[in-house]
Amino acid sequence: MTSLLTNLFDGVAYGMLLFVLACGLAVTLGLMNFVNLAHGAFAMAGGYVCAVLVNQAGWPFFAALPLAFVSSALIGVVLERLLYRHLYSRSHLDQVLFSIGLVFMSVAAVDYIMGSSRIFIRIPAALEGQIDFFGVGIGRYRLMIILICGLLTIALQLVLARTRFGSRLRAAVDDPRAAIGLGINVPQVFALTFAFGCGLAGLGGALSAEILGLDPYFPLKFMIYFLIVVTVGGSSSITGPFLASLLLGIGDVAGKYYVPKLGPFVIYTIMIVILIWRPNGLFGRTAAR
Amino acid sequence: MTTPAETVGVYARQPARWHWAEVAFWIAALASAFLFPSRYLIMTDILRLGLFALSLDLILGYAGIVSLGHAAFFGVGAYGAGLLALHGLVTEPVLALLVAALAATLLGFVTSFLVIRGVDLTRLMVTLGIALLLEALAERFSDITGGTDGLQGIEMAPILGLFEFDMFGKVGFFYSLAVLFVLFLLARRIVHSPFGLSLRAIRNNPLRAAAVGIPVDRRLIAVYTLAAFYAGAAGALFTQTTQLASLDVFSFERSADLMLVLVLGGTGYLYGGLIGAVVFRLLQEGFSTLTPQYWQFWIGAVLIAVVLTGRERLHRWVRLVPDFLSRSRAKPKLGAIAPTSDPS
Repeated sequence: MTSLLTNLFDGVAYGMLLFVLACGLAVTLGLMNFVNLAHGAFAMAGGYVCAVLVNQAGWPFFAALPLAFVSSALIGVVLERLLYRHLYSRSHLDQVLFSIGLVFMSVAAVDYIMGSSRIFIRIPAALEGQIDFFGVGIGRYRLMIILICGLLTIALQLVLARTRFGSRLRAAVDDPRAAIGLGINVPQVFALTFAFGCGLAGLGGALSAEILGLDPYFPLKFMIYFLIVVTVGGSSSITGPFLASLLLGIGDVAGKYYVPKLGPFVIYTIMIVILIWRPNGLFGRTAAR
Repeated sequence: MTTPAETVGVYARQPARWHWAEVAFWIAALASAFLFPSRYLIMTDILRLGLFALSLDLILGYAGIVSLGHAAFFGVGAYGAGLLALHGLVTEPVLALLVAALAATLLGFVTSFLVIRGVDLTRLMVTLGIALLLEALAERFSDITGGTDGLQGIEMAPILGLFEFDMFGKVGFFYSLAVLFVLFLLARRIVHSPFGLSLRAIRNNPLRAAAVGIPVDRRLIAVYTLAAFYAGAAGALFTQTTQLASLDVFSFERSADLMLVLVLGGTGYLYGGLIGAVVFRLLQEGFSTLTPQYWQFWIGAVLIAVVLTGRERLHRWVRLVPDFLSRSRAKPKLGAIAPTSDPS
C-alpha cells in the first residue's frame, strides 16, 4: 500500500516534470502546427547550463535554475528568428528534417564540449533524502519538483486565460490572418511564445538531471515522451497536455515498477491505441489543421 | 488525329521508357565493382542503403506518406534473416531473403491500417511508435534476439548453393547488386503502371483522387505493404552481408538517416534513393575522417542546409542534366496536351 502511494507520488512528480519539459512543444506543435523534434535540445541546453554553473562555477542550485530558463529562452529566440520562422509555412516533412538536423547537431556539439557521459548536478543537502509522511516515503527533491511545476502550471493557465498576451496568442493561433488584421504582431507573439516554451524546457532540463539523467542523447531519448504528451493531450488548452503528462508519468513509473519485463512497451502501445482511437488526442478539440 | 485518351497514354508511357542515362547508371554501378576492388564493403553498404531508401521513396515520394519509423521493417527483415540462418531453418540466402522480407511485409500490411488513418502528425507518431515498440520488444525477448549483444555467430550458406560468401565481400557485393537491380526493375514497373499513376494522384490530392474513383485507402495499404517488403529485403541483405543483427537496426537514427539519404537524392523518381545513398556515404566518410567522433554534427548541418535551400530547388539542380536531355528529345511529341506541372 505504501509502496503504491510512493509510486503514485513519484509518478506525479515525473509527470509534472514532463509537463514543464513538453508544454513549450504543446505550443509549437499543438498550436502553431510546427513539428519540432528538437524540443529536447533546448531542455538539454538548460540542463547543461545549470550543471556548469552549479558544479564548476559554484552557484547555488536555486540561483542557477532561472539562468537555465533564460539561456534556453535566448537560444530559442535566436534560432526562431534565424531559422524556425522560415519553416512555419513549409511541409511537415521539411520541418521534421530540419529539426532532426538540429537534434544531430546539438547531440554532437554537447558531446564535443561536455563529453558523452551522464552528468549530475549537485543539489542542496536540504533536498536530499525522504520525508516520512504517515508511512509514505516522499522524496524531498520530488516534492520540490511538484511544487515548482504546480506553481508554473497555474501561472501558465492564468497567463493564457487572463492576460492580454494570452488572448493575443490564442487569437494568433486560431486565425493568424484575422489576428494580423486586428493589429496583433503575430510573428512577435510567436517568437515570444517559442522562446518562453524553450525557456520552460530549459528549466525542466535542469530539474530533470536528477531524475531522468542528463547526457548528450537526452533530446533523442525523450523526444518520444514529449511528442506523446502533446499528441495524446491534444492542443485545445494546456489542461490536455497536463493531464496527459500526469498519465504518462504515473503510467511509466507504475509500468517500470510492476511489470518491469514489459518496460516501455506499455507506453508505446497505449500511445498508438489512443492515436488510432482519437487522432486529435484524448482532449483534442477539432480536426488538426 | 489522336484522341485525348491516347495522348494521355503517350504522355504516361513516355517516362516509362528506358533513358540512356539510366542504362549508364547501372553500367556505372557494375563497373564500380571492377574500378574499386578494395572497397567492396562500403559499396555493399551503399547498395543496401540504396535499397532501403528506394523503399522509403515508394511511400514518401509516390504516395506522400511521411514515416519516421521505417527502420521497423528493416529490423524485422534483418532479424528474420539472422534467425533463419542461425537456426538453420532456411539456409539458402535468396530464399531466406524472401522469407524475411515477407515477414516484414506482413508487419507492413498489419500496421498499414494504423498508418493510413489520420494526418501527417499522427502518421509520424504511429510509425515512430511502432519502430520503438519493436526495439523494446527485441530488447525484452533477449533469449530470441540476443538482446543488446545482437545475434552472433551467423553462418551464411552459399548463394543458390554455388557462391560462397568471401571475406572481402566480393560475393556479397554482387549478390546485393543483383537483389537491388531485380527489386529496382520491379519498382520501376510498378510506379509506371496505372497503379503507380494513381498513387501520384493520391499524393497530389487525396480528395480529388477519391473523387475520380481511386480507392485511396486500398492503394495506400498496398504501397505501404510493398514498401515494407523492400525495407525487409534491405534488412535481410544487411544481416546476410554483415552476418550481424543488433538492436540498432530498429533505431530512430536509422530512420532519420534514411530520410536524409532520400532527401539528398530527391524523391519521386526512384533513383533518388540510390544517388542519395552514394552521396550520404561519401559525406559520412568525409566527415568521419575529418572528425571521427562528431560526424553527426555535420550530417545535421547538411540536413538543415538542404531544408533551408529548399528540397525542390536542390532536386531541380540534380535533375538538370537528365531533364535537359529528355526535353530536347521528347517534347515535340506531346503537342496537344502540355503538362501543366512537373510530373515528378
